[in-house]
Amino acid sequence: MTTAQNAAGAAGVPPPAARGPIRTRPGDVLRSVAAALRAGETGAWRWGARVAVLLPFAALVFVVAVLAVKAYPAVRLNGGSFFTHSAWKIGSTYAQTVKTDGIAHPLGSSYGAWPMIAGTLQTSAIAVVIALPISIGCAFALTERLPRFLSRPLGFAIELLAGVPSVVLGLWGVLTFGPALSKTVYPFIATHLPNVPVFSFFKGTVGHGEGLLTGGLVLTLMIVPIITATTADLFRQVPTLPKEGGEALGMTDFEVANKITLRWVRSGIIGATVLGLGRALGETMALVLTVGAIFKVAPNVYSPMTTIAAAIATQLDSALTDGTGFSVASLAEIALVLAVMSVLVNLAARWIVHRTSRLGGPVGRAA
Amino acid sequence: MTRTRRRSVFTVVFRVGTVLALALVLAPAAWLVAGVVSRAAAHWQWSVLWTNLYGEQGGLLGPITGTLILMAGVLLIAGTIGVLAGIHLAELGRPRRGGSPGGTWLRMASDVLSGFPSIVLGYVGYVALVVGLHWQFSLLPALLVLSVMVVPYIAKATETALRQVPTNYREGAEALGMRTGYALRKVVLRSAAPGIITGLLIALAIAGGETAPLLFTAEFSSGVWTGSFIHAHGFGYLTYLVFTFWSYPSKHANYLSYDAALILIVMVLVLLVAARIVVARTQRHSEGAQR
Repeated sequence: MTTAQNAAGAAGVPPPAARGPIRTRPGDVLRSVAAALRAGETGAWRWGARVAVLLPFAALVFVVAVLAVKAYPAVRLNGGSFFTHSAWKIGSTYAQTVKTDGIAHPLGSSYGAWPMIAGTLQTSAIAVVIALPISIGCAFALTERLPRFLSRPLGFAIELLAGVPSVVLGLWGVLTFGPALSKTVYPFIATHLPNVPVFSFFKGTVGHGEGLLTGGLVLTLMIVPIITATTADLFRQVPTLPKEGGEALGMTDFEVANKITLRWVRSGIIGATVLGLGRALGETMALVLTVGAIFKVAPNVYSPMTTIAAAIATQLDSALTDGTGFSVASLAEIALVLAVMSVLVNLAARWIVHRTSRLGGPVGRAA
Repeated sequence: MTRTRRRSVFTVVFRVGTVLALALVLAPAAWLVAGVVSRAAAHWQWSVLWTNLYGEQGGLLGPITGTLILMAGVLLIAGTIGVLAGIHLAELGRPRRGGSPGGTWLRMASDVLSGFPSIVLGYVGYVALVVGLHWQFSLLPALLVLSVMVVPYIAKATETALRQVPTNYREGAEALGMRTGYALRKVVLRSAAPGIITGLLIALAIAGGETAPLLFTAEFSSGVWTGSFIHAHGFGYLTYLVFTFWSYPSKHANYLSYDAALILIVMVLVLLVAARIVVARTQRHSEGAQR
């Protein structure tokens, strides 16, 4: 009942030809407009959808182009030492502007991003290393161990944790979580760990709770829901028969979980973890508040430091005081580095998850 | 240790370990919620909801309405674009000859965009829109950046929801003589609606809780929105208060930031519960349909 004829017929209006002279009534006009709209509807959907699907693509091109154009002078002048040096100095904005290779910059400016890059890798590493076993444990508890009346509300609680705005987590981290840990857990770890190579990073002064470890732990709390949700979905897809077969052969719970369920979805879990890593790399607000934002590679795990995302958030204001714009260009370069890192990680994760699961769903649900 | 003994020890460790892992997540989560609620509840006054903010005094009327306006704008812009893009990817895009769905490159672009760190999008918004186009800190650049952030998400949710609509429905609609567009609106979209709505609600939660891309596009203003999309002097929203006011010397400013954090958590809770209800209702229907 879509065509104009049918619509008119249904309304009980006889064809105009049978009535001699054609008289148009207001209702007819409306009806013909509606019929025209219906006839054009498919085209409208098709064109609307076509335009809409191109917009993310256009936005991506725009974003990359802006970053590349802005970063170009910085990439040329900073060169390879951008990745190895540790000094991030705007230089003297009151002194005479200097030109190197035709690029203007303030006297004494120097841009080395190593502390931020190292900091980003450190916080993300802490988060992923702690989050992975916890998430797998949570996923097992939610899908296999707990009764349904418990696992449903607890699963929702984890989903809610994923939805908590990162700035709220940061606020809690800096006001409550960090100070509490620095008075109780950190001193305990610092005094009781042996002074051997890896653990010595955990020795030394504990500080007041703003630093690498606090940031890493808050980040852990943010990515656990992501990894847990994906892993639990994967576990639910493991067919029951092999598990029952394992039990019938006399395997224990642990052996079924370890040798059947985990093996079945192993690469999917890797994908979920990499997805969490991508989130950790780009996280800004929770870390700005909890890591202390100091441009230094942390000498121990409790010291204040910074990450790329946190540095962009805190530096743009002062970068604007640089009249030559070179400081903004250097920020564009570091932003580009961060974007490349997290896009590569995200694509890898999606590829792994897509390849291993027939789940059509949005894999990184808790974005 | 005998082999049997070792197996039973592993089993106990596994059983305790899974529950312990859950506790290790839920305990900090409970601590977080309790911390935020207790800080805000200690001095909570309902009047912050409708009092204007003057500098560091007053209430949160401006920021609350600001966050709601941002969410509404994102729903309008990103919702339209995202849902249409999802429709293209799932329904209207021409399938490849091998039978795999088309639009691989467009989907890839969407995935790449969703992997972009939000602070980088905020930086680009600042450089290109706020300074480049002289829009100043205002609503429109903030809306655009937030929309770019959540469009890939909405598109993905829509595409997934549409792919779960049985092919029979489309075939039935076509057999009845419906045009593609009419069938899409009346049959396919209607049965995919719960999934799409869930995606939109979660996108709203993301948009309302986001800070990083807004810092350099909307900055902040304590007043209620004056109606200007560009050339404003900042635009207020709740997350900015949480980020800055906690460290101000004035007690009242600190209180306001705790209040803002509480309101944000309640907001996310409401949106997620709403999404859950939508999903639960449709699950009941689909189970009934199967019987």
